[in-house]
Order: sequence, then structure tokens, then C-alpha cells
Amino acid sequence: MRVLVWGLVVALVCAGGAMGSAEQPSLIGREAPHFVRPDLTGKRIDLAEMRGKVVLLNFWATWCAPCRVELPTFAAWQTSNGQEGLQVIAVSMDDEREPVDKAVARLKMNFPVIMGDAKLGNEYGGVLGLPVTYLIGRDGRIAARYAGETDLKQMESAVKKLLSQR
Amino acid sequence: MPCQAQFSAPEASVSSIPESDRMQPAALAKMVAGQAADKPLVLQVGSRLMFEQAHIPGSAYAGAGSQAAGLQMLESKVASVRKNKLIVIYCGCCPWTRCPNVGPAYKRLRELGFTNVKALYIPNNFGDDWVGKGFPVAQGE
Repeated sequence: MRVLVWGLVVALVCAGGAMGSAEQPSLIGREAPHFVRPDLTGKRIDLAEMRGKVVLLNFWATWCAPCRVELPTFAAWQTSNGQEGLQVIAVSMDDEREPVDKAVARLKMNFPVIMGDAKLGNEYGGVLGLPVTYLIGRDGRIAARYAGETDLKQMESAVKKLLSQR
Repeated sequence: MPCQAQFSAPEASVSSIPESDRMQPAALAKMVAGQAADKPLVLQVGSRLMFEQAHIPGSAYAGAGSQAAGLQMLESKVASVRKNKLIVIYCGCCPWTRCPNVGPAYKRLRELGFTNVKALYIPNNFGDDWVGKGFPVAQGE
């Protein structure tokens, strides 16, 4: 078990150290960490294949109340903005899959849902509270990060701004 | 892990935890770092995935307090612990008032007869209120 102090973590990350961290400095402007995962239907989801689209990457869990508020809105955005190039991907941080399967139908999730893990969480800066949403531009770079209960109107404006960038 | 509690209201919310039984992060960090022989038993009662990413050094994962299986795990973790031992539980998955885990875990420990149970007060989430404030962190199982 590695015992780290946050200041040391920051120093290591800033120095390009290879050690994993609990929560890293901002990923804004950086290329979104790549992943390939099956979604709940078994379909292969490769983030690299989303290049050219605006990706809304949402970390959530079934037990997270604010997450359950956001997800139907993201589903509506997927419907209304999918043709413009929006792709929502939800990463469940539940420990088990069973409740996630049930939630997908209940929350009307019309986009890929993948199961997350600590590795993916760490790669995305440490998901140590939910929800966390990243907006990834058409160039594959992270444009914004939203943590906790978020003003969805503000997020929608940011999505539309990214969609307008060709 | 059973999921019957996933969408139901927690059986006990954090509002049931008296203010006197809330512990501030700085106070726990001092205890964890100290040399006292009788350190508190620190248990994370939220998400295992979050525990693997970051947790308080010396703490153990004890199951999600919002789930029946999690409460069973919690019971097994404290089965041989003396009733007056200081036990500090924490989650940090969500803002304090939204946390589905700490309240039920606190309630269960009290029901089991533990007399010195504290809940770590995490206003926003573990990332902001523990890791981001520079308190010590461990990773892994």
C-alpha cells in the first residue's frame, strides 16, 4: 500500500512521475485519456473512434442522487444533439453491475454505459466524488470538467459551443 | 451485492447523526498521523471503487452503508471490536446531505451497541475535502 501526501503527489505528477495519484491536477486542454471498454450491451466503445464528435463523458453511480437528476437530461441532449455530433458516454462507478442494468432502463439512458474501475478513475484525475462530467471536444481534448451538482444550463451552453466548433 | 436499496430512500440519513458525533477531517488526520497506541478504527462505508482510488491510510473498506450486503460487511468488520472503541466512518461519495451511506452505517453501529461512533464530516466529497486539502492518502485494496 502506498501512502502518499497530496503535495508529494502534485509534485510527482507535475514532474511527470509515473506514480498513480488519488486526484491529479487539471486535465483541461489535454488529450482525453484513451479507453476501450464494452458497454452493457457488449458493444465495443473506443474513445479514439469518437474523434470528430463532442463527447460528454459522465461518471455516475446508481446510488448517487445528483447523478440520477442529470442522466435523463443527458439522454435528452443525446436525442436533440446527436445529429450535430454529440456522443454521451456514461461510466458507472458502481461496484456491481446488477443495479446498473436496472438503472439504464429506469433513467432512459439512450447512450453507451460502461463499467468503470479505479484505473479509469485515476486516469481521469481521480473520481473521488460523484457526479463528474468531462466535455471532450472534436479534437479529442478535454474542454471542461464538472464535479458535483452542476448548473446544467451552463453545461448545455458549453456543449453547444463545442458542437459549433468544426 | 443486492440492489434493493439503490433507488430507495436510505433507511437513515445523515440528519440522524448528532453534530457532536461528526468529526472534522483535520481532527481525524491528526489522529491518524499521531503516535497514540489506541488509534481509532476508521472504516470507509461507501464505494469500493473510490476506496481503491484513494482512502485514509489505515482505514478499511467496510461495505456501502446504503446496501444490505454492505451493512452485513460492516457488522463483520466490527464483530470483535470492543463496544467503547472509537470508530470513525466515512464515505465522501456525494455532498454530506446527499450521502446515502454514512447515515445507515452510523445507525447500524449504534444499534450494535457501539458507544463511540463518529462520522467524518465531508461537506462536498472525499476528493475536495480530504485529498484536495493535503491530508494523507493511500491507494489500493
